[in-house]
Amino acid sequence: MAERPEDLNLPNAVITRIIKEALPDGVNISKEARSAISRAASVFVLYATSCANNFAMKGKRKTLNASDVLSAMEEMEFQRFITPLKEALEAYRREQKGKKEASEQKKKDKDKKTDSEEPDKSRDEDNDEDEERLEEEEQNEEEEVDN
Amino acid sequence: MADVVVGRDKCGEQRLVSLPLSRIRVIMKSSPEVSSINQEALVLTAKATELFVQYLATYSYRHGSGKEKKALTYNDLSNTAEESETFQFLADILPKKILASKYLKMLKEKREDEEEENDDSDESDDDEAES
Repeated sequence: MAERPEDLNLPNAVITRIIKEALPDGVNISKEARSAISRAASVFVLYATSCANNFAMKGKRKTLNASDVLSAMEEMEFQRFITPLKEALEAYRREQKGKKEASEQKKKDKDKKTDSEEPDKSRDEDNDEDEERLEEEEQNEEEEVDN
Repeated sequence: MADVVVGRDKCGEQRLVSLPLSRIRVIMKSSPEVSSINQEALVLTAKATELFVQYLATYSYRHGSGKEKKALTYNDLSNTAEESETFQFLADILPKKILASKYLKMLKEKREDEEEENDDSDESDDDEAES
């Protein structure tokens, strides 16, 4: 892999926001503490990936899946994350299903337009735009990596 | 404040994860043995990393020294890595800070110890040569 070392850092602004939201209001977080937590988060991703990969290998699978990540949390003694993670997974699956249905609905809407469905339709379009933007971002990242 | 808006997308809906998935994927793929990751595993890892950041920060703050001063410092974090079993894997990247003078003293003591050991081994070599 030809990535630069800074590609393995997580964005400081987002990390700082997560810390601030977790701590009581008005707590001062030193700059050194922020960058230490950010580094720790990158190491956590690597550690979790390596644990999850072991579970995938045991199952003779090449692709890491959701259950591998959940098993990794247990192995790493972060059992406390499992319940919120399962909830997030449910929410994610619902969201994906919703998007699929929304795009199917949109096709139907194109065939027969009625006034009552108009507001719903505009919301669906917003979601699609977000999705497209996200995909674009990811593509850009991958190009950067190749260089 | 801008902080109120964050964590939500432009439609005002709560987003599932706020860390960038593309970056999380790059970090995961930097591990040589990993060949591919499905989208659900990626989302879950990103979410787990958020929970981890929250947990590390609150744990270190609660067990730290700065509660009266309302501050979270590097030392609080390195203490956590040293003392908590769960956060042990961070010990290498969050080393305890020591004074340079103390480090030099440690280095000197170590060197003296080594010299003594060398002397001992020299003597035993001599013994062997004599016998």
